[in-house]
This record gives sequence, structure tokens and C-alpha cells, in this order.
Amino acid sequence: MTNLTPILTKFWDDPQSWTLETYRRNDGWKAFDKALKMEPAALVQMTKDSGLRGRGGAGFPTGMKWGFLPPPDGGPRYLVVNADESEPGTCKDIPLMMAAPQFLIEGVAITSYAIGCNHAFIYLRGEVVHVYRRLLRAVEEAYAAGLLGKNIMGSGFDLEVTVHAGAGAYICGEETALLDSLEGRRGQPRLKPPFPAVAGLYARPTVVNNVESIASVPPILLHGADWFADMGTEKSQGFGIFSLSGHVKNPGQYEAPLGITLRELLDMAGGMRDPQKKLKFWTPGGSSTPLFTDEHLDVPLDFESVGAAGSMLGTRALQIFDETTCVVRAVDRWTEFYKHESCGKCTPCREGTWWLKQITGRLENGQGSEEDLEKLLDICDNILGRAFCALGDGATSPITSSIQYFREEYIAHLTNGGCPFDRDASSLFAKDNVPA
Amino acid sequence: MATEFGHQTASGHLTVPAESKEPYAADVLAQLYADAELVVARYPQKRSALLPLLHLVQSVDGYITGRGIDFCAEVLDLTRAEVSGVATFYTQYKRHPNGEYTVGVCTNTLCAIMGGDQIWESVSEHLGIGHDETTPDGKITLERIECNAACDYAPVVMTNWEFFDNQTPESTKQLVDDLREGKPVAPTRGPSRVCTFKQVSRVLAGFHDGLADEGVGAGAASLVGLNVAHERGWTAPDTDVHVTGEHQAQATAGGMAAGRHPSTDTPANEPDELPGGDDADKNGK
Ligand SMILES: Cc1cc2nc3c(=O)[nH]c(=O)nc-3n(C[C@H](O)[C@H](O)[C@H](O)COP(=O)(O)O)c2cc1C
Ligand code: SF4
Ligand code: FES
Repeated sequence: MTNLTPILTKFWDDPQSWTLETYRRNDGWKAFDKALKMEPAALVQMTKDSGLRGRGGAGFPTGMKWGFLPPPDGGPRYLVVNADESEPGTCKDIPLMMAAPQFLIEGVAITSYAIGCNHAFIYLRGEVVHVYRRLLRAVEEAYAAGLLGKNIMGSGFDLEVTVHAGAGAYICGEETALLDSLEGRRGQPRLKPPFPAVAGLYARPTVVNNVESIASVPPILLHGADWFADMGTEKSQGFGIFSLSGHVKNPGQYEAPLGITLRELLDMAGGMRDPQKKLKFWTPGGSSTPLFTDEHLDVPLDFESVGAAGSMLGTRALQIFDETTCVVRAVDRWTEFYKHESCGKCTPCREGTWWLKQITGRLENGQGSEEDLEKLLDICDNILGRAFCALGDGATSPITSSIQYFREEYIAHLTNGGCPFDRDASSLFAKDNVPA
Repeated sequence: MATEFGHQTASGHLTVPAESKEPYAADVLAQLYADAELVVARYPQKRSALLPLLHLVQSVDGYITGRGIDFCAEVLDLTRAEVSGVATFYTQYKRHPNGEYTVGVCTNTLCAIMGGDQIWESVSEHLGIGHDETTPDGKITLERIECNAACDYAPVVMTNWEFFDNQTPESTKQLVDDLREGKPVAPTRGPSRVCTFKQVSRVLAGFHDGLADEGVGAGAASLVGLNVAHERGWTAPDTDVHVTGEHQAQATAGGMAAGRHPSTDTPANEPDELPGGDDADKNGK
């Protein structure tokens, strides 16, 4: 049995959770004090020792990423926080920044000190204006308290923080597209190498990290690398926020050690919204991670176990669908998303997602033929591994996994001459009629 | 006025009103220059100011006008083509006059299935307009939007990029009626009232409107896990203990699915793709 571990979420229920004062009452900025008395290299080592892996999807070891920066050459080095959160199903960074933005600001300060950065950026998606207000205010408060700015607390360390709002484009979550966007360009991915560590923002050494990764740094520093590493599993250490959405009784945010299972989380979330209706399929980490079914309720939600079971931990965005849901409709809609968000830079993704959408659309409407399934798989095969960035790969995940688990349901659309499901049964409004 | 919002055909998107190219009044222009200077000062290189400056143009014109593009190009030493190329890439920049309120119904999968599709259909029929179209009174621009990172509150509707959680077709129709009648409307998580599209665009350009302290810190769904932990007496492990020396760091990328790059990302750097050639990091393992 795994217990929840409220750390980043610990004081979100405070009526003024977002203020500097509340944060200070909850050990806020103590870690930064500690950091300023340490060698930057020791902070990088601590982060390596903690085992913290990127919370933005790929799980790359955070301390190792910081260690990749070339030695200082006297020029600027940058920290850019990826706050673009747009992967369908992912909804953890936005509530974190709304409720407790100071966690992120302190993490930014510590990380900047560790990597020798004097100007950090937070790139927030533009479609969340109140979160932008909270971040602007948090930075303002930190400056006023002397926690940011010049010669912070007499340490000789200077740090400026700029919070930047994007303007609506999923691809800007991809770290190199994000950098192009932050430089005032169309957000299209860059060829790697060079990696951002060598030539990132303004072609200078740059660390790009997810919001939750950076917000996890203050508690790690405060309580120790071992404290963090003792949570979770052997290779997926620490805690993370798990976001449950869809057909569960209590959707929302659950902060737990990595390795917890969906069965355990569902128990905490009050079960499915209607116990009579079985779990049908779910995403372990957003729409770009291959679907799971009720066979996977006991897969430990850590990087290794989810990978071994054929999907990816991704952003721990658990979108849960019960048996009232048409999987073809779900996949068709995700495919429309990838088609819409494809940046157009490379042919396999630009053309491929367009064709995928044509085909899933006609299948959902009961048109097309069984050969279309092979066609879909064939197009996916031509995108996967050939696309310029991971958006293209992600677009194939829902399609290939749904055909793997639910081929008959695609066929049923054809024999039925249309979607055999009653979509009203899946809606939240239907939930109101369900006996508790 | 009506015709301004009336060009709703595909070609209408190319037909911008004449005022789009008219020069700014002197006082408006002076204010724009003053604001632009503050925006540019936030960045080490001025081109980075382009996205916020485009939000700033929308805060004055309500959409990306020809004169707004000229203004950005001039301030940042870019060509108009460079600015247009950026403005047309991002969905929040509007190419024709926007309503006072953008109402965006999330129709990405999770919300759609939870009822977003029904919300979209009923509100679109109720207003008699489709995606990226504006009511003749200039009040409401309707949009289908992608996942807005609020899936635990599905179905979600955004009004001028403020959260309206757990919506129904009825609540959304009521919302648009209230907006059209000028009644004050408050988001579920956000300030005590919804600001206009132009006001919100100014915030997105980085000019704080002082409303950050309004509204809740967290909505109900954001707190469910915390509440369960409270009920069951769960806390994070003892935070006072500092064990030393025991732990071996496992700084490997071993969790990535083999044979393909992970869907949400490629790693920033592979261990064998170190920039400096040699593995500066080996002693970390
Ligand atoms: C299409 C696409 C969208 C992405 N969106 C995000 C995002 O919104 N937030 C994020 O942190 N990472 C996102 N990523 C992953 C980033 O590229 C990058 O790996 C991450 O920000 C690194 O931070 P981390 O190591 O702390 O996880 C995305 C990747 C791709 C390919
Ligand atoms: S895979 Fe898609 S999003 Fe990525 S570069 Fe190619 S076209 Fe752009
Ligand atoms: S799918 Fe609507 S907010 Fe995520």
C-alpha cells in the first residue's frame, strides 16, 4: 500500500496559499538560504544524488542535465523553465503555479545559483491569464523581499527572473521550439545537436526544465537527497503529482511516490464514477503515451515499469475512460489535436497527421473499410522515428495502441454504419443521474 | 460595426477593416512606444519582446492589425514579413477583430467526452456562430480550444483565458447571455470578474493589473489528494531525518522506452552525446 505524500501540494488549502508569507510559514526560502552557503557544484551533485528525473515527460536525470553545461566562459548562461503545459490530459503545473508559485520561484533561484545563471526565464503558455498574474506577483514579492535582484542577501549572487507568456501553440512545450519562441520566432524545433546545454537561448548554454522538476528542488535541498531518493522505486525516485481526470468519482491532483498504481489511486479517488461501469482505457502520461486498459491497473507508475508494459510514464496525466466511451471517437479527437498542432517543419508529421485525421474521422462515422486500419498502421510506421521531433511520434501512440487493444471496436463502426455508442452516457451531466 | 464582425467567410479572414492600416493617433502611439520600451528592457535581446508586443497590439486594437505589425517591426528592427510570420503561427493572435470576450470551449478528447461536444453544439447554435466567429454585437468570439490543463475540471470553458470549470450546456448558455447583457461574470478559479479581451491582452504583454490576489489558491479538484491525506493521516516521510552515505545515485536514463524516443520528449542530451566530448559526469554514478 502506498500513501500519498503532500509536499508541493501541502499548503494548497491555505486561503492565501500563493503569497510569500504563506510560503515562509511553510519553510519557504529556507533552502535558498542553505544553497547560498554551498558550492554550486555541490548543489549539482546533490541533485544527481537525489535521483530526481525530469517531470516534463521524458524523465531525464535533472542533475545530469545541469552537469552537461560546459565550464563557465564568462558569458551568460540561462535557466528556462518550461511552463507550457499543453500535453492533453496534463494538468499539474498549472494548479501548482496558481496555488504555490513561490515553490517555483525558489527552485529557480537555487537552480540558477547552481548552474551559474543570472537571468532566468519562465515560459508560461498564454492561455492561463490568472496563473500569469500569480507568477508576476510571486516574482514581484520575491524582488521586494530581496530574494531576487542584485547581490542577493549580500552573497554577491545576482538573479533576474522574467516571466514570459506564450501565445497558444502546443509545440512550444518542446524545449527547442520553446527557445525559438522565446527568441521571438515561430515555435519550431531545432536540430539537435547542438543541445540546449551547449547552444540554447541566444546560442548560450541553457538548462530547460519542467515546472515540477524545478519546484522539487527546494524540498530536496531542505530535507536531503536521501530523503527524496528513499521515496519511489529504485530507478524512479521521489514523489510526483498524479493527475486523475475523466470517469472517476474524485478527479484531481494526488501527490505520491513514483511506483504507485492506478488501482491504489482509484481507491483514493473514490473509484470509478459509476461502479457498475468498468474501466475501459486510460493514458498513463498524456495522450502521447500509448493507451492502457484494465489489464494494467497494477502496473507500478514509474518510468521502468510503465515502459516495460508498453507505454510511458510521461507527465502522469491519467485520463480515465469507462466502458461508455467510444475509443475511436477518443482517438479521432486526439488525432485532430496533433494535426492542428503539427508545426509543419517536417513532412512525415505535417502530411502524416493530416492523413491520419482523414482516416480516423471516416472510421468514426462508419465509413471507410477494414483496410483503413492497415493504412493507419502504415502511416504511423512512417511517422514514428522519422519525424523531426517527438510530437510526430506522440501522434501515433493513441492510434497504434487503440488498434492493438480495440480492433473489433473499429470494425464495429463499419458493420454498424456509424458509432455504436451513446455519447451522452459518457458526459459529466450523465454522472448526475448515477446513483452514488 | 456589424460588417466589421460580419466577414465570417474564409475570404473574410483576409478582409481586414480599413482601420487596420490607419496610423495610430499620436497619444496612442506615444503610449505604445513607452510600453514597448519596458517590454524590450526585460530581455537580453530585443527580438524576444515580439510575443509580448503582439499581445500589446491586441490590447489596443483587439486583434493583430496591419499597423500593429508595422509598429512591432519598427520597434524590433524586423521586416513586416518576419512579424507576420510569427503572428500567424500562434492561435491567440487574432487576424480579424475579436469580440469583447473570447469564449473557448475545450473540445479536446477528455473534455469532449465529458460533455464538451454537447456544450460546443448548444452554445454555437444558441449564438448562431461557429469557430472563430463573432456575434454581430461584437461581444463574443466563439472558439473550440485544445486542452487547457484543467482536465480534472472537465468539461472546461475558458472566457478570456479565465477558468470556468465543470460546465454544462445550460451554464455556458447562461454565461454567454450574461456576457452579452453586460452582467458581471466571475470565473471559477480567477479574479472576481472577467476582464475584457483587450485588458487581458495587456496582462499577457506582462503588465500586471493588480488582480493576482483575487480568487482561490486552488479549486476543489486540486485539493482532493491533500484531503485524502488529511483524512487518513498521511504525510510525507519524516522531514527531519538526514541519513548520509547510504544511497547510491542512479543517474541513468534507463527508464526510457527502448528503440524509440519517448512520446513527450527526447532527452536533452544522451550520455554519449556529450558536448565537450568527454563524459564530465562519470563520477556522478
Ligand atoms: C511536443 C512536445 C511538447 C512538450 N510539452 C512540454 C510541456 O508542456 N512542459 C514540459 O515541461 N515539457 C514538455 N515537453 C518536454 C520538453 O521538451 C523537455 O523535455 C522538458 O521541458 C525538460 O524538462 P525536464 O527534464 O525537467 O522534464 C514537450 C515535448 C514535446 C516533444
Ligand atoms: S514532428 Fe511535427 S511538430 Fe515536430 S518538427 Fe516535425 S512537423 Fe513539427
Ligand atoms: S481536455 Fe479539456 S482541459 Fe484538458
